[in-house]
Order: sequence, then C-alpha cells, then structure tokens
Amino acid sequence: MDIVIFLAPFSLGLGLVALGAFWWTLRDGQYQDPAGDAARILIDEPEDRPAA
Amino acid sequence: MAMTGAAPRADLGAFLRRGEGQPETLELLVPDVRCAGCMAKVERAAQAVPGVAAARVNLSQKRLTVAFEAAGGDAAAVVAALERLGYPSTPFDPGAAREAHDREGRELILAMAVAGFGVLNTMMFSVPIWAGLFGQELGSATRTLMMWFSGVVGAPCALYAGLPFFRSAWRSLKARRANMDVPISIGVLLTLAISFSETFLKGRDVYFDAAVSLLFLLLIGRWLEHRLRARASSAAADLLALQAASATRIGPDGALAAIPVAEVRPGDLLLVRPGDRLPVDGEVVDGVSELDNSLLTGETAPVAAAAGAACRAGALNLSGVLRLRATAASEDSALAAIARLVELGAQARSRYVRLADKAAAVYVPVVHTVALLTFAGGWALGLGPREALIRAVAVLIVTCPCALGLAVPAVQITASARLFRRGVLVKSGAALERLAEVDHVVFDKTGVLTLGRPRLVDPAPSVVAMAAPLARASRHPLARTLTEAACDGPIATDVVEYAGLGVEGTIDGRRARLGRAAFLGAPSHGDATELWFGFEGDTKVRFRFEDTLRPDAAEAVTALRARGLTVEILSGDLSGPVGRVAQAVGVRTWRAACTPQDKAGAVEALAAAGHKVLMVGDGLNDAGALARAHAAMAPGSALEASQNAADLVFSGERLTAVVTAVDVARSAHRRALENFGLAAIYNLLATPAAILGFVNPFVAAIAMSTSSLVVTLNALRTGGRRWTS
Repeated sequence: MDIVIFLAPFSLGLGLVALGAFWWTLRDGQYQDPAGDAARILIDEPEDRPAA
Repeated sequence: MAMTGAAPRADLGAFLRRGEGQPETLELLVPDVRCAGCMAKVERAAQAVPGVAAARVNLSQKRLTVAFEAAGGDAAAVVAALERLGYPSTPFDPGAAREAHDREGRELILAMAVAGFGVLNTMMFSVPIWAGLFGQELGSATRTLMMWFSGVVGAPCALYAGLPFFRSAWRSLKARRANMDVPISIGVLLTLAISFSETFLKGRDVYFDAAVSLLFLLLIGRWLEHRLRARASSAAADLLALQAASATRIGPDGALAAIPVAEVRPGDLLLVRPGDRLPVDGEVVDGVSELDNSLLTGETAPVAAAAGAACRAGALNLSGVLRLRATAASEDSALAAIARLVELGAQARSRYVRLADKAAAVYVPVVHTVALLTFAGGWALGLGPREALIRAVAVLIVTCPCALGLAVPAVQITASARLFRRGVLVKSGAALERLAEVDHVVFDKTGVLTLGRPRLVDPAPSVVAMAAPLARASRHPLARTLTEAACDGPIATDVVEYAGLGVEGTIDGRRARLGRAAFLGAPSHGDATELWFGFEGDTKVRFRFEDTLRPDAAEAVTALRARGLTVEILSGDLSGPVGRVAQAVGVRTWRAACTPQDKAGAVEALAAAGHKVLMVGDGLNDAGALARAHAAMAPGSALEASQNAADLVFSGERLTAVVTAVDVARSAHRRALENFGLAAIYNLLATPAAILGFVNPFVAAIAMSTSSLVVTLNALRTGGRRWTS
C-alpha cells in the first residue's frame, strides 16, 4: 500500500496541472470571443495578435 | 435655402481611453460584422489608418478595439475608413459596471473550476472510504490516510469555491436578513470543521467530498444566473451605444467635437444631423427640418422645425441638418423628468422579494431548528455529544439547499433560452417571476399596438411608380416608405433636396417635386401625414400615410383576455386615433392625451388597487410607467431609456410575443414551484434518515446528486408548448 503515498500526490499533481492550465486560458482571455476565434482560422494570411 | 449634405465629421477625442503608461485605445461597436471575411476586412482597414498600432475585432460582441501608436490618435479617421467599407460604427465607453460584471463572471468560473477539481480529486479518496463502509477490506490506518488526503485536497477547494457564498451570506447578515447563502455557508464551514475533528479522532464519517460537490452544484446554478444577466446587460449596453450618448458641439471656431451628452451646457451650439435624436432641449438657430416626436409624446405626425422653434430632447431629426442652441443641460431636459420617474419606479421594484428568497425565509429557520434539535435531542437521549453532533451535521448536509439553489435558476435559464429563440430578451430572472404574477395589461398605442411608423394608405400602383424615381433619391422616412411600396426602378437625376420641404429632380426629362403641400403649392389636409408629388405645371397627387396596427394586435389582445388578463390602453396621442385603435383591437378601457406623469400615475393607481400590472410601452413617455409597473415589456424599436426600464424586450413585428412571454413565465413559475415541491419531498425523506443516523457520506453523496438531477430535468420541461393562433 506504500505506493499510494506516491501515486496519490502524483495524481493530485496532474489534476493541479489541469486546473492551472484552465486558469491560464481564463486569464489569457480565450473565452472572450468564441465566435471570432472560430472564424479566424478562415482568414488566409498570417497575422500577429495584438493585445486587445 | 439650407440643403442637406454630408456635414464634416466630428472629432471623437472624447471617446479615447488612456491607460496608465499605455497607448490610447478606442472601442467601437460595429454591428454589421458577421463573418471571417468581415473581420479581416475591418481589421485591415483599421490598421491601414495612419497612427493605428493594432486593431482587433471581437466577433461575439461585435466590437472593434483599436490601439493607437501615440497620444492624440485620430478616432474619426478610423470611423470614416470603416464607413467607406460599408461598416457603420459607433464609439462607446464600455463603462465600469460592465467590467465589474465581467470580473464577477470570471471569479464564478474560477470558483467552479476549483470546485470541480476538488470534487474529482476528493472522490478519488472517498471511494475507498465508502468501500470500507460496506465491509470491504480497509485497514483503519489506510482509512485515516485517505481521510487526510481527502481533507487536505477538499478543504482548501471548499474554502475557495465557497467564497462567493460566504461573502453574500456576510452581506446579508450585516443587513440583518438571512438569504439562501447563510445556511450554505454555515453548512459548509461546520461540515469541514466536523470532518477534520473526525479525521483527528480516527472516526468513521468525513464529508469533505460532500462539502465540495455541494458547492460545485450550487456554483453551476449561480453561474447560469450570471450568464442570463450578462447576456441581457451586454445587449442593453450595445443598444445604449447605438442610440447615441453623444452630441456634436460646434466650437467658436466652427470645429465640430463629439462630446458625451452629460457635458452639454446651456448656450452650447449643437449640430444635429438627419437621423439623429436631439440630445438636449434647445432652440433651432438655423436649418429647416421635421421632427418626429412619436417616441416622446406618442403623436404620430412629424412636426416642422425652423429657426426659432423650441424642441425637446429625444425628438428624432428627420430631414435637414439643424443647428441648435441648447437651452438646458441634459439633467434639466425634458428627458430628465422622465428619468426621475424611472428611478422612483426602480426603487419600488427593487423591494420585490424573489421566489428563492421567499423559500429561504421559511426554509432556513426550519432547517437550523431541526439540526439544533437533533443535536440537543441526541445528546439528551444518550448518544454522546460527538455522535449527536455528527448527526446534526448530517441533517445540515442532506438538507443543504442544493436542489433549491438549482431549482429556480435552472428553470429561468431554460425559460429565457426558449424566449430568446422566439425573439424575446429577458433581462433578469426576477422579471420572469414578476411577469408570471401579472393580472392586468396596459398597452401604449404608438409603436406597440401599431408599428410606430407610417405606411402608405390605398396606394395606386401607377402613381407610386411615377413618383418612385424621386422617392429613391431621398432619405426622408416617408419617401423611403414610398420606395418600399414600389418595385426597383430608375432614380431621378439632378436631384436637389430641400430640407424640411422635399426633393426636386428630373424624371424622363421633366422636372418633378416630391414633398410637403406648401412645397408644391397644393392645399394641405391639416393633421394627416401626407406627401405630395407632381411634375412641373401638372396636377398634384397626394399620398396619405397612416401608422398601421401590428398585424396580430387584435389576436394578442384576445389571447391575453383568454388567459384571464384585463387589457387597457394609455396613450399620449389624441383621442381620435386612440379610439380607432382601441375599437380595432377590441379594447373598451382607454385613455388618450396622457402625459408621462399621467401614465405613471395610472399604473400606480392600478397597483394601489391591488392589480399586478404589465406595462407594454416604447416611448420615453412610457418609461416612467414601465419602471413603475410590476412587469414591463418594450419592443426592440423602443428608445434606450424605455428598454432600460423594461424587464423584457421583444423584437419583430408580432405582438403575440407578449402572449408567449406570459405563457413561458407562467410555465416557469409552475416548474419552479414543482421543483420546490420535489425538494420538499426529498427533504422529508432525507431528514428523518439523517436524524436517525442512517446517513453516511456515501448516502449523502448519492442523495444530493439525485435530487439536483431531478430538479434540473424538471426544469428542462419549461415552456414546452409553442403557442400559435
């Protein structure tokens, strides 16, 4: 059962990584314009993204 | 003779936003951006304007954010560049309120994410513990280890995810009231405390997972409610931006500057273009035009305006460029008196107690008394303080208003989604609750029972076709109506538009005029809305326009009556037209020539007599009554002030939207009550079990999720039947 001591924190760490990733997407404003992001892939030329 | 023409662009400097040490930015609302192509075109055009560092379109909100390279960016150049492309845009200030709302939404989502993480990960440790409850092999050391893991993960998550509830509970306690968040907060905190002490004492029952999943489910409800409000408020903010919160001031040197309406001072010289609304009360200095007062007073016929004429804020300038001397600041304008009426009404309405809070007022004391009695009774009957406390906490957990927290928001979000698809925008959940209670409907006439815009009466196709080439050359609303009545065709040449009078142009080599009676030298017919047309030296023909009824007005009134509602008309128009409309839709109670104060007073009197009034109005003269009424609806064509005062806004020409809204609101009310019933049944079963000690963490988890699921599924049945004639 000792393995639990390692596995449990490890799985928690994975969970925390996912939570951190979500926090980052939220901070980064990735949910601000879902319709625009979906449409943007149809614009041909490459464009750099300004800080909106 | 003043002629209409493109007036020079105004300076939009007042709308630039300056961040600390950052370049200036400009927010533009671009309603016509619809696809990837539009986005690329708009962004490229804005970036091509000299001085623009970056431009980015937000397609979801139809906004363009422009960042300038240096101070003193030329906002007007961006607007002009977009206009050349065919994308009209309006600068607007997103405002502090909206940003605060965004932040609240982000906090809720993050709380929900943390709670979600907490649920998943505490469950990982709970499952072995539950297995131990059912006699599976689990040593006590391992169990305690699992409990510790569960607590270390669950407690911080619960404390973070619970913050919105703790804050709201604290606010409510400070105001000496108890809302639903008080038992939630007490329940969660007590559960965490008892679970930790049980872990220390190597006990059997810990509820870390229950505390977190409870918060997770409740946060879903909270977030749904927040989304509902956010969508409505962003729609309202867009309308506000579109309906010009700016005025164009003419400086001493003749330079034009766009300024917020609040900054207009008496004595300022203002420019009002055709199609704009007058920002403040004023006196015409020069220019000739016609003013449409229909949203202000309910009168349908346009009024001529020339130098010296006094005119009121909110009137729509129809045909010519007017220069106006402001006679009042915006807070002293005729509009402001109406705004005060709206404010009074809003205060009265904020005293409304919502369904969930009504339920909480009963629920909270009962639950807490039962928990307390369980503890006291259990101890007295010899259970020992520790076991008695665990049972009391079990009571708090199983009765924690998880289902109640979802019962109303889930119903209201379903109902407003249904209504949204049928063209009705619901501004808040409370609006639906109030609408369901309504027993008397008051209609305004102009723009509500009627379409609020003139229609050509008895058109003779040959005559319309004759006048159409000239009508196509004019931007006057009556001329446009005439154009709609005709098919596509040629446009007159050498057109000169005489502001406030009409247009003159050449059709097939002959000079012709279209406009007011005096312009053609014809005898006027007084009160009627009319347009005259004639070739030079030929006979003159008259087009008569009338504000027509909405096609389904009578049908809507009948349907409302069939639902047990009484119907009345209050209008600011003259008694002749009001009487005719009342007869056409079959309403016997009506009053004409009402001032805004009359309308608000009449609604007040009805409320005093015990009626729950639904006011349906569009004009500024209705805004006071809209705010004072128990529930209020406004058509999408209404003025911003009226839309703000209304709870629901319906779009399109169909007045039966009102009937649909009432139906869905009533259905939502029934579902919400059913949900309370279901939650009550669940509590009646679960509470005795908890008191008798049959509830362990596993049973609590199952019971909680089942009751929430049942309530949510029931909510999805809201407003199922589609109402058709």
